[in-house]
Amino acid sequence: MGNEEAVFYSRVLTELTLSFHIIYATIGVGVPLMIMIAQWVGIKKNDEHYILLARRWARGFIITVAVGVVTGTAIGLQLSLLWPNFMELAGNVIALPLFLETFAFFFEAIFLGIYLYTWDRFENQKKHLLLLIPVAVGASFSAVFITMVNAFMNAPRGFDISNGELININPLLAMFNPAMPTKVAHVVVTAYMTAAFVLAAIAAFRLLKGSNHVYHKKALYLTMKIGLVFAIAAAIVGDFSGKYLAEYQPEKLAAAEWHFETEENAPLIMYGVLDDGEVKYAIKIPFGLSFLAHSSFTAEVVGLDQFPEDEVPPLYIHYLFDLMVTIGVGMIALAGIYWIGMKRRWKIIHAKWFRWLIVLGGPLSIIAIEAGWWLAEVGRQPWVLRGLMRTEDAATTSGQVDLMLILFALLYLILGVGSVVILTRMFRKNPVEQEIEDRETEKGGDVL
Amino acid sequence: MTLEIIGITVLWTFLFGYILIGAIDFGAGFFNAYSRITAHEHTLTKIIQRYLSPVWEVTNVFLVFFFVGIIGFFPKTAFYYGTTLLVPVSIGIVLLAIRGSYYAFETYGARGHKGYSFMYGLAGILIPASLSIVLTISEGGFISMVDGNPVLDYWMLFTSPLTWAVVVLSIAATLYISATFLTWYANKARDPEATDLLRKYALVWSLPTAITAGGIIFELRRHNPAHYVNIQDFWPMFLISALMFIGTVWLLWKRQKYGWAFILLIGQFIFAFYGYGASHYPYLLYPYLTIYDSFTNPAMAISLIVAFILGLGLLIPSIVLLMRLFLFDKDYVRGKGDYHA
Repeated sequence: MGNEEAVFYSRVLTELTLSFHIIYATIGVGVPLMIMIAQWVGIKKNDEHYILLARRWARGFIITVAVGVVTGTAIGLQLSLLWPNFMELAGNVIALPLFLETFAFFFEAIFLGIYLYTWDRFENQKKHLLLLIPVAVGASFSAVFITMVNAFMNAPRGFDISNGELININPLLAMFNPAMPTKVAHVVVTAYMTAAFVLAAIAAFRLLKGSNHVYHKKALYLTMKIGLVFAIAAAIVGDFSGKYLAEYQPEKLAAAEWHFETEENAPLIMYGVLDDGEVKYAIKIPFGLSFLAHSSFTAEVVGLDQFPEDEVPPLYIHYLFDLMVTIGVGMIALAGIYWIGMKRRWKIIHAKWFRWLIVLGGPLSIIAIEAGWWLAEVGRQPWVLRGLMRTEDAATTSGQVDLMLILFALLYLILGVGSVVILTRMFRKNPVEQEIEDRETEKGGDVL
Repeated sequence: MTLEIIGITVLWTFLFGYILIGAIDFGAGFFNAYSRITAHEHTLTKIIQRYLSPVWEVTNVFLVFFFVGIIGFFPKTAFYYGTTLLVPVSIGIVLLAIRGSYYAFETYGARGHKGYSFMYGLAGILIPASLSIVLTISEGGFISMVDGNPVLDYWMLFTSPLTWAVVVLSIAATLYISATFLTWYANKARDPEATDLLRKYALVWSLPTAITAGGIIFELRRHNPAHYVNIQDFWPMFLISALMFIGTVWLLWKRQKYGWAFILLIGQFIFAFYGYGASHYPYLLYPYLTIYDSFTNPAMAISLIVAFILGLGLLIPSIVLLMRLFLFDKDYVRGKGDYHA
């Protein structure tokens, strides 16, 4: 196998691992917060339903955590196995957040174990709630630290290169690079948003499938409200991310927006297809891009003409951008209508078709997460470290990457199917009505 | 003490932590599966699940900590080991993934699923074998440089008696460590039946552990004479290790003080492990990579050590809490009340 093939297969394998991992990782970051909120609401309102909600979410959460942990271990090792030259260089500068991420993960793992095995052990439920704080904090901080590493790849800082040697290394400067604030905020907020909408989808699905229990209604209202808040936050941070790109990484923004010529009063192109270098069927919003990039309708926006051809990212990232933004805006609208509808007692939000939209919202949010990551990562091509190291110089020289790709594809298939089978079986076998009944008999009927 | 030595000592300690608690974990998975096949299920499964369930995720972190740490302190290892270990470590990852997830599937999802417990038992016992290959490779002789890139000679690796001695040792030691720990745990849980069975396993696996450990030193004389000479300089450590081993087996044989038996076992492995590590000094990969030429820049080294100290300040109390709530909580160990989510 030539080196070119090794680079190609390394890219495919990394993409496969990460695309699979982020489904479970996003749930892993978002769901602990939801469990914590449900537990807290349950204690505050003295409502057993919310406590049960927390407990049932926690039970499903374990399965997703297991897959998240093992695929996270896989990507952690694959970074060195597939990109040894990159890790050798980056290890010198960016090892600190990588190291801190394992601490956050450690912290979360310990308290998750304690939390899961101390149900009913403490008389005071508040004590049990306290255990969730390190779980949620640990989960979010792993996301923060690992995203710092990724931000560094987009905006390498904190060192100088002199005669091919790294000098003046400053690990803190590398961590707090210009891409960090928007990236970290966007990743964390969209993880919360996605987790909320996934849980809302489950509640809506149960309601559609015949269960009319008030438990599911409470779950739906809670998660849609949380989802709305974080969806709005995601949009705001997303706008900041666009402004960051215009300032520091204009080639990614220009490729994502099909902005070919540097110009003032730049229009925003939505949707459309690219045919032989010509944009067709697109919606053009005059001055839109200038405003998006610089908060001024007339500002100049750098186009792709400013970059050598071999430094321009693939133009298909425009479709990913459209997909991500459309889903994001759609979810704000859906959750907004639901929330206002609940306040004003609109009938439509209880309609079947509306609930199906909410069910659809869960998987769509995950698709938006995937599209967003592909956009961010492919938009950085051809660089692995923007401006410093090209992807083809970072990859392994090993000849067995194609075989490993097959091996891991099979693994993810097994894990994906396994986790779905287990999760559905777990909750089908023990529906909430059954569990409430069981608890009532257990406690002598004074629960609800 | 130089920063390099501090760095490698920290990492070696975490590797030791992983090997110890990983061995308990992997061996327990194997005994759990084995007990189902041999109809000892009712004796062992409860004891094993009670110990493992709250800590399975923590075990994995020790491994992550080690490999992230080694890239942090010694970035050049990414170049040498990353390039050459693609296949063996990928197989290790797949086994870890199957094991970790199927453990969770079996324990939390489908309680008592035979196929799942078999999968995680089998995968667990193969993990030490697949990962211990790294220790063999670090002895040198299997990697050559082609056009400035390291290449692993698989044929040589798989036909070397050293490789197989290390593989057998890793499996035997895993089962020995695990059985000894679980003997103590079962005894604490006041479960004489399980204690007896596990004590038997511990005694069975003590002999191959001792024989292969000695065999490896013998193999090294041929394979890496320089390392063999170094090992002899540390003979008191290996002697202490051997005495502790005898102590553990003695206590197990006499059915006495299982707690002390386990502590002596930890001591035995500490002395052997650090003795082995110290005699490997200064090489990370013989003869290409020493801890000095691969060490990171001072700014990163210091920030990593600061982060490490702060992190430990957070971790140690948390681990103590975890142990107090589960390992040393009488009611929990004896299985009074089912507290899981």
